Amino acid sequence: MSDTATANRGPALGRRAFLKVSAIAGGGLAIAATMPMAAKAMAQGGPAELNAFITIHPDNTITIIGKNPEIGQGIKTMLPMLIAEELDADWDTISIQQGDTDAAKYGPQLAGGSFATPMNWFPMRQTGAAARQMLLQAAALRWGVDVASLSTEPSVVVHEASGRRATYGELASEAATVAVPDPASVVLKDAGDFRIIGTPIGGIDSPKIVRGEPIFGVDTQLEGMVYAAFERSPVFGAKLISADTEAAKAQPGVIDAFTIEGNGNPTELVDGVAVIASNWWLANKARSSLNVQWDNGEWTGHSSAKYDEDARRFMAAGSPQENITVKGDVDAAFASAESVVEAEYSYPFLAHVAMEPMNCTALMHEDGSIELWAPSQTPQGGQGAVAQYLGLTPDKVTVHITRMGGGFGRRLNNDYMVQVAAIAKQMPGTPVQLIWSREDDVRSDFYRPAGWHKLRAGLDADGKLVALDDHFVTWDINGGQFNPAAMSATEFPANYVENLRYAQTKMPTAVPMGALRAPTSNALAFVFQSFLDEVASSQGKDLPTLLLEIVEGVEAEPDTQGFMGPQPGFKPARLRAVTNKVLDMANWGQPVAGGHALGFGYYWSHQGYFAEVVEVSLSDRNQVQVHNVWAAGDVGSHIINPYGALNQVEGSIIDGIGQALQLAVEIEGGAVKQSNFHNYQLPRMPMTPKLHVEWVKSDHSPTGLGEPALPPVIPALTNALHALTGKRVRSLPIDTSLFA
Amino acid sequence: MAVRVKINGETRDIDAPEDMPLLWALRQELGMVGTKFGCGIGMCGACTVHVDGQATRSCALPIGAIGDKEVSTIEALGQTPVGQALQEAWLEGDVMQCGYCQAGQLMNATALLNSNPNPSDEEIDNAMRGNICRCACYKRIQTAIASVARKEGGATNV
Repeated sequence: MSDTATANRGPALGRRAFLKVSAIAGGGLAIAATMPMAAKAMAQGGPAELNAFITIHPDNTITIIGKNPEIGQGIKTMLPMLIAEELDADWDTISIQQGDTDAAKYGPQLAGGSFATPMNWFPMRQTGAAARQMLLQAAALRWGVDVASLSTEPSVVVHEASGRRATYGELASEAATVAVPDPASVVLKDAGDFRIIGTPIGGIDSPKIVRGEPIFGVDTQLEGMVYAAFERSPVFGAKLISADTEAAKAQPGVIDAFTIEGNGNPTELVDGVAVIASNWWLANKARSSLNVQWDNGEWTGHSSAKYDEDARRFMAAGSPQENITVKGDVDAAFASAESVVEAEYSYPFLAHVAMEPMNCTALMHEDGSIELWAPSQTPQGGQGAVAQYLGLTPDKVTVHITRMGGGFGRRLNNDYMVQVAAIAKQMPGTPVQLIWSREDDVRSDFYRPAGWHKLRAGLDADGKLVALDDHFVTWDINGGQFNPAAMSATEFPANYVENLRYAQTKMPTAVPMGALRAPTSNALAFVFQSFLDEVASSQGKDLPTLLLEIVEGVEAEPDTQGFMGPQPGFKPARLRAVTNKVLDMANWGQPVAGGHALGFGYYWSHQGYFAEVVEVSLSDRNQVQVHNVWAAGDVGSHIINPYGALNQVEGSIIDGIGQALQLAVEIEGGAVKQSNFHNYQLPRMPMTPKLHVEWVKSDHSPTGLGEPALPPVIPALTNALHALTGKRVRSLPIDTSLFA
Repeated sequence: MAVRVKINGETRDIDAPEDMPLLWALRQELGMVGTKFGCGIGMCGACTVHVDGQATRSCALPIGAIGDKEVSTIEALGQTPVGQALQEAWLEGDVMQCGYCQAGQLMNATALLNSNPNPSDEEIDNAMRGNICRCACYKRIQTAIASVARKEGGATNV
């Protein structure tokens, strides 16, 4: 590429414009700013670090740091692609290294909220472009020519006029001595010149994975390492009375057993008993001899059945505790409505069940500092939580980020990090790996909140939606800026209905809750898109027609600054585009196979717009069979890595179908009833439908794909079942006896 | 007393109780961590190894019950032609997201193609239904297996 006066630049972020985000103790997220830009040349003839992310070696190979935790979303491949693109590097000679936890050096390191793409689209490219500019500067000085006369080919600087060429490796040590440019001043490529962005690139760690090489957190192996199991109460909120640690210590292979006092915060440390052995299986087995006595307090009376009964009583009583938002004159609008549609919806608690059970490895050094190997989606938050628990400053807590066998939001919380720190503290000098059993994982999660909604829609004589009322029954959850049991005042179609009341009643509980992939959206899409389908049906039209009517003539909402960076406002044109696209893909409105039916769902979440159509039938035994899913998604101007992007969408769709068909966590006696994959049944290969995914490109910066494709598939499925059977699914998971 | 087990062609003496599942002996007695822990009850397939060529859940197989049978694991998969072909197909199709279950998927798929070189789509689904992929990369796993079946199966069936 060559530089021109009219070339692109990123936004003028300035030197302090990298948003640094970290989870803080007790939940929530803190934002600060940092701009990691400094260069240093290594010893003569050695590699040159052009900034925190890029090291160029004399042999012209390049090491790029992948700063964010990899949970399977493909970020360790994708962020370096952004850097390599603007560095104009030869991808085949790049190696990618996982960065350790270091907020000052790398800025935010977070896997959550589908935030990485929108947060890094400019900063990572500017990082690459700044290094390229330094290489150009070095060549200009070496050859005594104007920088503007130089161009680059992959990993080579070229002076076309004289035919001179120098590899990045040859120039790197000189480049490290030139002034570091202001990131906002560097020239970015025209999209037409992209060689890496938009190219399907396989996962950088995949060759190691197919060979079974150690790469995940639980694969960490250290000299002299021992293994820990952690016994905690199945009843949430329980306190430890006593445990027979001596009996556990008498079991084969057991090295030690001791009680640990929690700090009252389930996201950090609950009461429990640690059992340490030479092999985790022996440690885990010895738990059964602990004879632990728990004070379960008031919580054993809690159950899903009771919650459901209470919630339905609140909805029937019709007097919510508080309003979320009110506008217009709701009561008058309903009184004068030509027709009213009313329905109650509900959805259960869900667990994350990442394939790699929770685990963490720690070594308390003799000097009082601690080192952790942490499969965490928020390693900076975990670093802070461990530091706080141990009374250390964060610089005494080294956190190595490991690849993770899935996250789905479970690893936004770092309880396993604090647990292993509490254990390692008891055994300085000995590395210890804490592993949870699958039962621990299923029963000690931060669950997707269950919820209930009583909805009413008022329509005028023309069938126009003129009033909407939702009584949402949810939970009292303490602390944290992010509340996964909350509903936004702008939940669609709030902004486009004249008379609106969203109100809520909150119930007390000790069930820990957290973010599950597409938090809030994974439930609210089902509720609102199903209810709107009911509203549409009542007027003899289909849901896409109703949605397009609702946003007819609606102006695009302005972009704002969200707590995680730029927050684009709702753009009705993007809704229209994905809706029309998917209707076209699925031949919506055309006859389908006998005994089959189609359903539609749309949702905008995590900055991505998705419209999906599901084709469904019922087996002889009334089992739901999903044959085809069509999805149209708009996540902006570029699909950075088409391989990873498509994989996220396909996985999200099957994940959503699994939730709709067969997943629920139930509370009984204050504890979770489910325990493993026999009674928490994830989707398996035979239920895989044919998947058809297409992108709608729009003139917006690219956004993430970890989440937005999931929410709409659930209502698309339940709406298809209504089209097929005339029966409304108003509660998840789908009860197939409805179709008998 | 040590338990003697033949793993990937080598005889290994494991100093652990006979009832220890092979999974935990592999991972923490022998340091072979390619075989993964997923559920501990034989329900997810992440721990799949081959015992005399049969796909077997190592989390539910006590080391004392193996006897003279030969165990092979993901670490040795690339030494077999079908295993290697599947590894290549996995990379070519960029099958994985998190990748944690993939050792088990590959071991199970290899056992399938070794016993049935040219399976139908339905046979692939049925053979693979014991292996959970939480990221749900099922479509790509199906495609990768089918691509190898066409090549390898076609060749050996001639």
